[in-house]
Amino acid sequence: MTVVTKKDENPVAHLTPEDIEQLGIELDAIRQEVLDTRGERDAAYIRKVIDAQRKLELGSRAVLLASAFPPAFVAGTIGLSIAKIIENMEIGHNVMHGQWDWMRDPKIHSTTWEWDNASTAEGWKHSHNEVHHTYTNIVGKDNDLGYGIMRVDEDQRWVPMYLAQPVWNFINACFFEYGIAAYDLELGKNLKTPKDRRPESFTKAARATLGKIRKQMTKDYVVHPLLSLPTGSFLPTLAANFTANLVRNVWSHSVIMCGHFPEGVETYEKAAIPERETRGEWYLRQMLGSANISGSKAMHFMTGNLSHQIEHHLFPDLPSNRYAEVAPKVQALFEKYDLNYHSASLPAQVYSAWHKVVRLSLPNGWLETTTKDNLPSQLKMLWAMTTGDRKVRRVAQLRLEQQARRLRAQKKADVERVA
Amino acid sequence: MSSSVPLLTSTTRRRAGSTTLRARLERIANAAVTPLVPADYLDLFNPLRAGAELRGRVVAVTPETADAATIVIRPGRDWAGHVPGQYVRVGIDVDGVRQWRAYSLTHGPRPDGNISITVKAVPDGVVSHHLVHRVQVGTLVHLEQATGEFVLAPEVTDGPATAKLLFVTAGSGVTPVVGMLRNLFPVTDSGVVRPARSAHLDITVVHVAPSRPDSIFIRDLEALDAAGAIHLVARYDDVHGLLDVDTLGDLVPDLGERATYACGPGGLLDALETHHAARDLVLYTEQFRPATLVVGEGGEVTFAGGASIETDGATTLLDAGESAGVLMPSGCRMGVCFGCVVPLTEGSVRDLRNGALTTAVPGETGPEGIRIQTCITAAAGPCHLDV
Repeated sequence: MTVVTKKDENPVAHLTPEDIEQLGIELDAIRQEVLDTRGERDAAYIRKVIDAQRKLELGSRAVLLASAFPPAFVAGTIGLSIAKIIENMEIGHNVMHGQWDWMRDPKIHSTTWEWDNASTAEGWKHSHNEVHHTYTNIVGKDNDLGYGIMRVDEDQRWVPMYLAQPVWNFINACFFEYGIAAYDLELGKNLKTPKDRRPESFTKAARATLGKIRKQMTKDYVVHPLLSLPTGSFLPTLAANFTANLVRNVWSHSVIMCGHFPEGVETYEKAAIPERETRGEWYLRQMLGSANISGSKAMHFMTGNLSHQIEHHLFPDLPSNRYAEVAPKVQALFEKYDLNYHSASLPAQVYSAWHKVVRLSLPNGWLETTTKDNLPSQLKMLWAMTTGDRKVRRVAQLRLEQQARRLRAQKKADVERVA
Repeated sequence: MSSSVPLLTSTTRRRAGSTTLRARLERIANAAVTPLVPADYLDLFNPLRAGAELRGRVVAVTPETADAATIVIRPGRDWAGHVPGQYVRVGIDVDGVRQWRAYSLTHGPRPDGNISITVKAVPDGVVSHHLVHRVQVGTLVHLEQATGEFVLAPEVTDGPATAKLLFVTAGSGVTPVVGMLRNLFPVTDSGVVRPARSAHLDITVVHVAPSRPDSIFIRDLEALDAAGAIHLVARYDDVHGLLDVDTLGDLVPDLGERATYACGPGGLLDALETHHAARDLVLYTEQFRPATLVVGEGGEVTFAGGASIETDGATTLLDAGESAGVLMPSGCRMGVCFGCVVPLTEGSVRDLRNGALTTAVPGETGPEGIRIQTCITAAAGPCHLDV
């Protein structure tokens, strides 16, 4: 992706400022419709989900007490994985968004909720709710774009280190909760700062996060395995807990990558965002900066309804169980204003996101210009760019881009000729 | 360290041992369910258990009049009991939103351990309509322990001498009085019982209501009157016209000898206070309906630290607080991140995006107020933020 403003064809060029404000008014009306009908059924829904999740977790952990017995190990691991996913996605993420604050139940409230995750509720609410949801897809401001460790945009200069980013991304997926915790703490930036100049807020937050991680680890890797000791199930329970955390991490990483990362999702340049963005402009940025996952009801539930990422980004405080009914209305608005409603199946979106990770791990244009026939010479060039100095890289990069441009022009001409 | 430290006796040692064992078990339980607490799981199976947050379950709903009903609630194990005349704060979810209201307990302590409240559906009363017309048996409600000073003094109930009392009740103000009367004179299948402990009481009840059919508990009062337990003076607006407090002496000739307990709307209680003060008579009162809140555009916003500021209806509470020098939590400043949420403990605020009003009434709303997003709300009348 390239920031919207630098694209050959700006996807919002056809909208006048009046159109954008009208769009905002129409989206506000959709939001209001949900608010007007929000009530007992919604409250019953979240209570039921919390109740079921707790029973599933309790049941799975009880089964794991005898996990030396293989069927118990399998059932318990599957149950615990699902319980952890629901706890993180449909419950934790959404409660901490304030989606259920309207119930005025102090126990199901954004100010009191704490989740089964390495990052503290407080840290996550800041980095996610505040930074990511306000500055969605603004390169340099929204660190969700690659969590600061990856090249996510053509506009970021390529350096050889990025060749390893598919590996990085895989490791990040496996230990995603720790990646998020590090991201909440802005660990990279803060560790580079000399110890005596690190802000006090960082030291405090780091201590809280370490405390949280210790508690989470003690629970999963000490207490529950020890409780399973009488049946000789210490190691199986430990393995089951590790697996459940791994499954949860890979799943949530996949879902979250699908939200903003697939090909075709727009990014924005900091300088191009008006100082006082109007509600309509903000809505528009959320619309083009997010992507949905299509699928079954069960799939939507297991993603915490983040499969309705577009609707979630437009209305982050509406109860998640209502996104599905809002989606057709939102999609109709996309059509009305001739915008691209980005939605595809989970495998398609995951492939697309991973493809982008791989593509951007290589210099711009490299993948585009590589064919079976020129592979040896392309690899030679990549080798030269990796081992060479800045100048070598620049020259090679220019050549690649020129080649890619020529290819694109040719393709376009071919299409026109056929038409 | 020092020989002056007394040796532990075997009993204290055992007790200390068991508490550390218990504490240890608690620590393990906490570690096993972090970041939740064991109570979160126990609540799934037994929300009324000892040690749980105080709750109750509705076990019966009995209509009293067309728009009033008695709700019988089985309270959780930690219910500490009450004295007739006290009230209880009840938290109930209406349309998914937790609402708190205070209601008089309309029975003395009952042998079955249940408690009851009697609710009259008031105009626009979200909670009272729900309780009278919609609440289902089996519903879980939240409770606080009974409280209230409007109770008979022990020397009145237990004293050997004759005690002459006057109850003045108006509208649903009858509810705490019925709670007291039911305790003094229990009702059995064979009628009103006048136990020895209540034999010395001489009670007159002046009951004021718009009409007889509108009167909650009128049948109970009439039965007590018929049994000779009380002397009832019923005054209905549609029959007798509005009550003039200055004529109270005509209705109750021995007014001067009686201690008065009054419960009803503010106007009546104010008039009684003036009346009794002029004659130097004893008066205990309980007022139900809080003063109506002023809803407008803007108003004075006060903060927990004592700061206050006058704002208009367009300035967000976040901006108002910051310009008053209050350290306000904040975040996206556009209603998205919920980083600016603080408790509103009194007054009304308006959501600037859609005009929706949120009102907190002290004594009615939850004990911790209503948490509101200060970045997208403005004062709609005077209000108080707990920040």
